Amino acid sequence: MSFFKVENLGIRFGGVVAVDKVSFEVKRGECYTIIGPNGAGKTTIFNLIGLLYPATSGKIFFQDKDLTSFSPHQVADLGIARTFQNIELFEHATVLQNLLIGRHRHRRTSLWQNLLFTPAVRAAELAQREAVEKVIDFLDLAKYRDGLVAGLPYGVRKVVELGRALATEPKLLLLDEPSSGLNPEETDDMAFWIEDIKRHLGVTVLMVEHDMNLVSRVSDRVLALNMGAVIAEGTPAEVQAHPAVIEAYLGKAA
Amino acid sequence: MRFLFKTDYAQDLKLFKHSGQVFWYATLVLLLLAAPFVAGEYLMSQLQFICIYSIVGLGLMLLVGFTGQISLGHAAFLAIGAYTEALLQARGVPFAVSLPCAALTAGMFGWILGLPALRLKGIYLAMATFAFNIIVVEVLTRWEGLTGGNAGLHLKPIELFGMKIDGDQSFYYLCLGLTILSILALMNLLRSPTGRAFVAIRDSEISASCMGVNLATYKTMSFALSAGLTGIAGALYAHKISFISPEQFTLIASIELVTIVILGGVGFIHGAVLGAGFLIVLPQLISIAKDYLPSGVSGAGLQSVVFGLVLIVFIIFEPLGLYGRWLKVRTWFELFPFYRRGMFRRQKSYMKSERLR
Amino acid sequence: MFLNQVLQLLLAGVAQGCVYALVALGFVLIYKATETVNFAQGDLMMLGGFFALTASVIMGWPYWATILFAVVVMAAVGMLIERIVLRPVLGQPAFTVVMITIGVGYVLRGVVTMVPGWGTDTYTFPTPFADGTFKIGGVIFAVQQVAVIVMTAALVTVLYLFFRFSKLGVAMQATSQNQLAAAYMGIPVRRVNMMIWGLSAGVAAFAGILLAPVTFVHSNMGFIGLLAFPAAVLGGFGSVPGAIVGGLIVGVVEAFAGRHLPEGFKDVAAYVVLLLVLFIRPSGIFGETARKKV
Repeated sequence: MSFFKVENLGIRFGGVVAVDKVSFEVKRGECYTIIGPNGAGKTTIFNLIGLLYPATSGKIFFQDKDLTSFSPHQVADLGIARTFQNIELFEHATVLQNLLIGRHRHRRTSLWQNLLFTPAVRAAELAQREAVEKVIDFLDLAKYRDGLVAGLPYGVRKVVELGRALATEPKLLLLDEPSSGLNPEETDDMAFWIEDIKRHLGVTVLMVEHDMNLVSRVSDRVLALNMGAVIAEGTPAEVQAHPAVIEAYLGKAA
Repeated sequence: MRFLFKTDYAQDLKLFKHSGQVFWYATLVLLLLAAPFVAGEYLMSQLQFICIYSIVGLGLMLLVGFTGQISLGHAAFLAIGAYTEALLQARGVPFAVSLPCAALTAGMFGWILGLPALRLKGIYLAMATFAFNIIVVEVLTRWEGLTGGNAGLHLKPIELFGMKIDGDQSFYYLCLGLTILSILALMNLLRSPTGRAFVAIRDSEISASCMGVNLATYKTMSFALSAGLTGIAGALYAHKISFISPEQFTLIASIELVTIVILGGVGFIHGAVLGAGFLIVLPQLISIAKDYLPSGVSGAGLQSVVFGLVLIVFIIFEPLGLYGRWLKVRTWFELFPFYRRGMFRRQKSYMKSERLR
Repeated sequence: MFLNQVLQLLLAGVAQGCVYALVALGFVLIYKATETVNFAQGDLMMLGGFFALTASVIMGWPYWATILFAVVVMAAVGMLIERIVLRPVLGQPAFTVVMITIGVGYVLRGVVTMVPGWGTDTYTFPTPFADGTFKIGGVIFAVQQVAVIVMTAALVTVLYLFFRFSKLGVAMQATSQNQLAAAYMGIPVRRVNMMIWGLSAGVAAFAGILLAPVTFVHSNMGFIGLLAFPAAVLGGFGSVPGAIVGGLIVGVVEAFAGRHLPEGFKDVAAYVVLLLVLFIRPSGIFGETARKKV
């Protein structure tokens, strides 16, 4: 059984081919990174996996289930969580409430029980709170817990995004440019967290990244894209030395 | 200054954050319970109206304030609740059954309206809701066989479990009880997964969906709950004025309902009650002011002008509404003398296109 | 015979539709520029009608002078409203701004009823076209209706030329697409917004004058403006030709519904059309769909 597989995935927006027959496979427990110049289609692939856009060709398989037969909100139920390149947090809620939304797929009580706030609901809420506190401990968010997201600095918001995704207890975590906008210390922290997520939480990580240091540090395998198509795949060292990749980023020698 | 020292998770689940809150709300409830014994008939009538409109306000607050949708047609649900109650009572159905039926019927229509709302946002949703309102009122006017058309329907006093509820006192307690239950239900919702899902939809639909919130289910649920609450208020309203006709539920009425939420403060439960109170009190103040107008100037337009001006002034200067102003005043006292100007200031932003929500 | 009847209804529908088209045009101008939906557009129309009435009846001016007077005065009123009421809320969510325009509508209606000499009465508006009719091949044309259609067409042409070729018109188009970028290009965005409101109010006044002979001038005249919503949505909110086309379609639908459907349907026909359009194709005939990039 393959853990996560993408086969000939493609999408066109009118005449523009944003993703062109991309295929790759992610093994369970590894950290797989997609790199490529801007406009290569990396975030589009994430949006296709999350079913935000309908693919015009190809298939996506998660634990041998065909994802394209599901709807966007069911993707989280299957165990896939994601962060967004431009942070999509709930601005007018506290950090705690944001993380608690991440527990939505673990809810057990019905609308009527909620309206009456039965003891079952109370017990469920306390259990969700425990689970979220574990994420808060993991990411050192304790002092921001009760603050409104709207007032937080950018670096902290990125961490809250990560926390919200972790709160869903995913099997596969999609990170969209986790280090963009972070200073070197924050990027260091992010690298440690990704390694911990991989090793201690047992979550498979699929990442889009630009920062090559971070990529080399945490990735097991790398996929390079350019103009929507695959140009190289392998370990970080192999891909960075690949002539097609160098050409895509730096151009050919004159 | 009061500091809340948290020692366990259950504290965050409590309805009242600290003993001070318990004291003040308990006092308020006691005063309200004692009202029939000290207040005159006129004040009792106003209190009943405030309760009824509070329930509508809570319904609208759920939809607009907590789920981020828009409804410029809520009077339609008030009408549906009122007419269901009137028609069922005329056929001998007891109040204990007809009230839930009014709520369920209104809720069902709310759910139906929620379905197309899934694809509509912002101004398009607003237009769909007011078109719905206009159509419902027209249907009620034309279907004379069922509704009596413009001649309207009369209602008899409520009979609940053998008791006649027609006096000021008993009807007031009924309204008050239902209002308190509605507030509790809404507060329960907000501290549960359902409420969080609503707030998530309000702030970012895309990421709510990615976290597993089924937008279709929750949006229609929000519409249905909101309409159901308004349906309950409609049934009470019908009994309060004993006579209903389609022209009481037009678009103008819907707009007045929305102002409850805006004037009270969008996103706060207290806002619904404060807004309802303000909406009832405002016309009284205007009537008093009419006497001071110079002769030759007709008083008919004064209500319209003041209403419009109040709305404009609130939106420009107090976007958080009456409850927002109260919060600011209370924070000033709590933090005295450390209150900083601009604590509640919202960020100035360029117009962000809502066509790309 | 049947064709004559159809043409007759078509004529009536188009004439009424012209008024809706003009009100919808006013909406769309403001929406394109500021993404505000102006619920007070109908009331601006009503106020324009009253100013024209005053010029005509009380001051005794000729028809064309009253049009000019009303349009200019309303343009000033529109600019004033934008400056005082709307500029403070620039940047707030659309719903908030809609509620402010609703408030403006209430104030306009209230003020009109309070002005001595206007009040709550209904007034007839004298026009040079009065009750003349002429016949072309079995279809009776009322001079009034033809005048409405011709004047609307003239105004639309003038506006088209204005937006296409004048500097201000192009600046308005730029502001409507991207405020921040327009500001960087040196366009005084706030002033342009103010002028768009002035232009919109002027168009509304024009519509009010065209409507006055049909509905008479009274303080609730503006409620017809609500029918412009289905028109604007049908045509595609944000599209100027769409507003015109939408208005004409709504006018025609109303005319045919009034003739062929039972009583009462005439009033709701436009809203049923609105709901259908919103469910099936919210972007309307000429509108564009866009989606957020995450």
